[in-house]
Amino acid sequence: MNSEQSILDDVVGSEYKYGFTTDIEQELLPPGLNEDVVRFISAKKEEPEWMLEWRLKAFRQWQSMQEPVWPNVSYPKIDFQDIIYWAAPKKKDGPASLDEVDPELLATFEKLGIPLEEQKVLAGVAVDVVLDSVSVKTTFQDKLKELGIIFCPISEALRDHPELVRQYIGSVVPPSDNFYAALNSAVFSDGSFVYIPKGVRCPIELSTYFRINARNTGQFERTLIIADAGSYVSYLEGCTAPQRDENQLHAAVVELVAHERAEIKYSTVQNWFPGDKDGNGGIYNFVTKRGICEGAHSKISWTQVETGSAITWKYPSVVLKGDHSIGEFYSVAVTNNKQQADTGTKMLHVGKHTRSRIVSKGISAGVSQNSYRGLVKVLKVAEGARNFSQCDSLLIGDACGAHTFPYLEIANATATVEHEATTSKIGEDILFYCNQRGIDTESAVALIVNGYAREVLNQLPMEFAVEAQKLLAISLEGSVG
Amino acid sequence: MTPILSIQQLTAGIEEREILKGIDLVVNPGEVHAIMGPNGSGKSTLASVLAGREDYTVTGGSVTFMGKDLLEMAPEERAREGMFLAFQYPIEIPGVSTANFIKTAVGELRKHRGHDPLEPAAFLALMREKMKLVEMDSSFLNRSLNEGFSGGEKKRNEIFQMAMLEPTLAVLDETDSGLDIDALRIVAHGVNALRSPTNATVVITHYQRLLDYIVPDVVHVLWNGRIVRSGDKSLALELEKRGYDWIKNEAAVEA
Ligand SMILES: Nc1ncnc2c1ncn2[C@@H]1O[C@H](COP(=O)(O)OP(=O)(O)OP(=O)(O)O)[C@@H](O)[C@H]1O
Ligand SMILES: [Mg+2]
Repeated sequence: MNSEQSILDDVVGSEYKYGFTTDIEQELLPPGLNEDVVRFISAKKEEPEWMLEWRLKAFRQWQSMQEPVWPNVSYPKIDFQDIIYWAAPKKKDGPASLDEVDPELLATFEKLGIPLEEQKVLAGVAVDVVLDSVSVKTTFQDKLKELGIIFCPISEALRDHPELVRQYIGSVVPPSDNFYAALNSAVFSDGSFVYIPKGVRCPIELSTYFRINARNTGQFERTLIIADAGSYVSYLEGCTAPQRDENQLHAAVVELVAHERAEIKYSTVQNWFPGDKDGNGGIYNFVTKRGICEGAHSKISWTQVETGSAITWKYPSVVLKGDHSIGEFYSVAVTNNKQQADTGTKMLHVGKHTRSRIVSKGISAGVSQNSYRGLVKVLKVAEGARNFSQCDSLLIGDACGAHTFPYLEIANATATVEHEATTSKIGEDILFYCNQRGIDTESAVALIVNGYAREVLNQLPMEFAVEAQKLLAISLEGSVG
Repeated sequence: MTPILSIQQLTAGIEEREILKGIDLVVNPGEVHAIMGPNGSGKSTLASVLAGREDYTVTGGSVTFMGKDLLEMAPEERAREGMFLAFQYPIEIPGVSTANFIKTAVGELRKHRGHDPLEPAAFLALMREKMKLVEMDSSFLNRSLNEGFSGGEKKRNEIFQMAMLEPTLAVLDETDSGLDIDALRIVAHGVNALRSPTNATVVITHYQRLLDYIVPDVVHVLWNGRIVRSGDKSLALELEKRGYDWIKNEAAVEA
């Protein structure tokens, strides 16, 4: 702990000054955000000077920015000075294996039901767990290393591969992009870093389980994935959170870079605590996800199954820069009770003969509000661009709402753009028909919802598809009759 | 012999309006009953009440099904206990294949009876066999339930489901309307093939034509919420010839 302490002293003067508290399990900063907090985090992570400067610049930008008000969601004003920006499990030297991990931590994992052990390992998944911001465990490192693949916490990448991080961080989502991206850039605690070398096909699904566990702690992960020319990677992100009664802010940034003929498949199953029936508690999920198809014939595909959070604000996007590049967005977003979701995608066509495909399936139940917001933008130079969008809404009951906001900005006459939209309702007629065949209402809803979402679920790797299917059913329990 | 279905003085309706005004009906094992009657007389309402549709409130009387109080049961329980309703207007369920739908339904039924689920291969074979019974191409199994099916195909799909579920009591609500002559024969053949000494069928129809194929033991005339006349097969022929007015008049005189 000595080196840590000395850095602390160097940077923030004294422990007392900042009221730095250490309880058995956590190191916590007091709530609040200023430049010293940014410095503290950077020092904690033993970051290079340029990274600190980058963070500070982002922080200054953030200070001059306004929280966005355009999403179709409403929530009490967030006091950003009332959030704790640093909480980390107590760190000894980095554990090399599970045996070295704090048993307390393992017990928490157990409680959360993280299939960290055999199941996932047997399923061929390397797991990089982020618990309260710091990556604790990474498996399969060695196997990946053989192939030259880097899959590690971003803090570790900053130490071991600083040039790579420096080259790419903020290149897809610059800190100035939006309010939450700026905030994340200033205070991100950790996240994953992936680099796939030229021509390498990553043989396993890379998977990160994010968990939010500390009380009143904002979460600011940062993920950066680079697929070099001709490579392929499939990355899975899954989330659950224990029940709690205070709203929690989550503002992650994910950046993807696909070089020539590279393909990145990014799948998310998001199941954060949505709040209770009356909408108390629950996570505020304000995420910026963007990928760039940098090289010709590259491909980025986002798949998301969103069932959690009190509020979701999220638009995984693709910048189609390389000629003949492909962007895809497959989404199922479920809202129940008082949940609010404003989600969708942006496809920006820059290169020639670029193609994009959007399949969005919104499901609303209870008194929830579910909005799809999509932008397809074709630049003047994007000769022969094509887009297909399918936006479906499924309503369960009479009290919920579904809204679609499709925007098209087409500056090249050779573009082909197709948009289809449907709204359907699980009404009493359908439910009675199912009941009459011996299928109770809950099972009927699950059956219909899974059928409705199949096109998206099919995009997920097998084990995830099964989990996601269960999740859909669980999140809609009690939504009718 | 315990009857399969026994309805006594059943009254039911919606909100302020009484639609069924005292129905009495006993259906024994092995029997086929036909219910005829003018539009709006309450035939579909009777079927819906038997199936447990919540839009209708039962205000009086009793219904016993296989010795149990039917009105106490939730709609899905009635189904699992062996009550089947072929809908006058079958609904469409987008995104749910016919195969997946019927697999779920049969699964629930088997669970209720304490049977293990069927092996996928055996189940597929069974579905194919029953599809053949109603002369439907097995490609319908992969299509969303009833979505884009023609009127006749929807009706055949109802009989297919009935064949899969092997109900004790099947209530067919105008399964013959909208069918061409061949389809009518096919559907009737399907229904007849499923008849046994331990089950029973109630066919609601406007046309005596169907009754040439599915020969009823008893024909009832439902008018204004009551069964105003019952008789054998010849009653249907008489109705075909004379219409309903004479029955309405007689009933009015009696009332
Ligand atoms: N849910 C409902 N709301 C309002 N009125 C209803 C409802 N269900 C039935 N009715 C009314 O009750 C009466 C009986 O309807 P029902 O559908 O049972 O007739 P039916 O004998 O099946 O007629 P058809 O031969 O035309 O199918 C009709 O006047 C109908 O309008
Ligand atoms: Mg009717």
